[in-house]
Amino acid sequence: MKVALFVPCYIDAFFPEVGIATLELLERLGCEVIYPLDQTCCGQPMANSGCHEDAAATERLFVKNFAGFDYIVGPSGSCVHHVRENLTAIPQTAEVTKVRERTYELVEFLHDIVKVTEFPWAAFPHKVGLHNACVTLRALRTAKMSEIDEPAFSKPLDLLSRVRGIQFVTPDRPDECCGFGGAFSVFEEPVSAKMGYDKVTDHHNAGAEYVVSADTSCLMHQKACAERLKLPIKFIHIAQILNGARA
Amino acid sequence: MKRIDHAEASSKFIKAQDHLDFHDQRLWDLRKKRDRDSESIPEWQELRSLASAIKEHTLTHLADFLEEFERNAQANGVKVHWAKDASEHNQIVLQILESRRARTLVKAKSMLTDECEMRPFLENRGIEVIETDLGERIQQLDDEPPSHIVVPAVHKLRTDVSRVFAATIGTDAKNSDVHYLAESQRQHTRPYFLKADAGMIGANFAVAETGTVVVCTNEGNADLSMLLPKLQIASIGIEKMIPRVEHLAVFIRMLSRNALGSPITQLTSHFRVPREGTEMHIVLVDNGRSERLGMADFWYSLKCIRCGACMNTCPVYRRSGGLSYGATYSGPIGVIIDPTFNLRKYSALPFASTLNGSCTSVCPVRINIHEQIYKWRQVIAERHQLPFVKKEAMQIAGKVFGSPKLYRAAVEALGASVEHLPRFMLYNPLNAWGRQREVPPAPASTFRHWYLKNRTKSGQRK
Repeated sequence: MKVALFVPCYIDAFFPEVGIATLELLERLGCEVIYPLDQTCCGQPMANSGCHEDAAATERLFVKNFAGFDYIVGPSGSCVHHVRENLTAIPQTAEVTKVRERTYELVEFLHDIVKVTEFPWAAFPHKVGLHNACVTLRALRTAKMSEIDEPAFSKPLDLLSRVRGIQFVTPDRPDECCGFGGAFSVFEEPVSAKMGYDKVTDHHNAGAEYVVSADTSCLMHQKACAERLKLPIKFIHIAQILNGARA
Repeated sequence: MKRIDHAEASSKFIKAQDHLDFHDQRLWDLRKKRDRDSESIPEWQELRSLASAIKEHTLTHLADFLEEFERNAQANGVKVHWAKDASEHNQIVLQILESRRARTLVKAKSMLTDECEMRPFLENRGIEVIETDLGERIQQLDDEPPSHIVVPAVHKLRTDVSRVFAATIGTDAKNSDVHYLAESQRQHTRPYFLKADAGMIGANFAVAETGTVVVCTNEGNADLSMLLPKLQIASIGIEKMIPRVEHLAVFIRMLSRNALGSPITQLTSHFRVPREGTEMHIVLVDNGRSERLGMADFWYSLKCIRCGACMNTCPVYRRSGGLSYGATYSGPIGVIIDPTFNLRKYSALPFASTLNGSCTSVCPVRINIHEQIYKWRQVIAERHQLPFVKKEAMQIAGKVFGSPKLYRAAVEALGASVEHLPRFMLYNPLNAWGRQREVPPAPASTFRHWYLKNRTKSGQRK
């Protein structure tokens, strides 16, 4: 299985360990992983601000970098969501459509495509609170959302429950947005920070030692909030736990 | 016209910690009750689809249903008026009142009359207007617009209400007991019902096949407003139309469950025929609705039944309060409606959202709220209504991300100079991120560096 690794810009720059864990994990699971070296970003920052014209060159580059692969996998729900649902600033050629359809968020790729059932190398003897990014929850539908009464399911929990020693805690408002929202975090700073504070406090009160998520941007925001509040809570990407990180 | 600065207004709201906590908790409580109520109905999702389909059908045949409604209302002995916009609406209401020399108007809750700014219009012309809904009355006495479409004074603590009532209707300033305050307002309002020359209601639904106006309330004030005065007026936005009485069965099951997490409102009142010896008027108001109906990306917002569920679930609304939106309609539904009234004035509102989509998931008529918010951002950018700093930042970001070379140069610069870091990643001066949050440290190596060092053989694609 030939997989192109999509490492979003902010992970490349700030959280290389998330990219590394994703790469190593996919390799362990038998994927042939290639990282296209000219990749930059998916276009989401510009498109989410309404600036589609400004997103076009980036989207064109994304398709150029990722055309021809069986699968494109990234450890960031919101970037994958942009590619799949909103990469529309450029003409929708067959090549563009194909790239968009083949782009997967890491958890859904492991759960639905690779169908991984065990991670024998993984153990994480800690109390963790799971944070589902809003788009993975409500757009990519990787877990049951609280607004809809449907049978409970959670792809990230399915995967994490195969990790030895892991314990889960549930915050009071598990689905509440953490307030990152890309440019929202700076242009709506007061509400964004307050949402982040409430989120990490909720996790802390639930007894979480770690917050785990498939979306690095939410983790970045929550970490920044928790550090300011001096809460003893750590943040880790699901790829790192599944790849065998112990702490 | 000046752009409403939601961020600035929300900053003030957040500073009042006890108000903020109460507001967030109270609305979250409504959301949880809504969850519980909706989960008690196995066919909830079907009901949503049905409600959406009924509204969609009605809106796509709106002219026919409006005319049917008019015919039936006229046959019932009601006088029907058509108002193109807010100003026509207010003129029509004034003329009706003046034709009967009415000086005092008791009215029930109506977002439409707020939208038309009817109260100040009438008051400036010597008409005394009394809001009879408790929340609306609190807001009227405090000279503030409603902050929520269902619970208009939800941003106030009982001590605030006590302060307002003490200053306006003479309650004991030291007493903030809820029952005392509610009873005081009731006693103060009763005489107005008896002496009012005219009464007014809005509408939750207007039934085309019968010409009926349906109002769902918990206080009985709409009924008193319509049943006591000799002159009665109902103001109705044209999107409130539903084809048949049987369709009410769908909407009545959903409205209060979504709004307050209660199965039904205390009263569901049908006003159809004027009582003997009295007269009843209906004003059908467009005020931008036809234009909205013609907007391919936004006409779905007209399906709204004003339950407020999107507001209660919205994490941004709960933490910024309705008044921070500076518009008649606030929260998610406001964000997608307000720009149709004034694009420039409300151009910041679609950015007061994280696009989390919770609003869309609760909406009883399946309005794709967060998708419309996303779409509005494009419209605002295309019509050059973005703030300069954001527009510039996006142009630069687009250039950098569009070129592997520029992107690499920017990322490599991160490690070297920390002060560039949030500017590059977050397109804004350091302080907006760092005011209340820590800035992530730049790691020793980028992912790409690590990859080149550790996986060079399989790395390069031809």
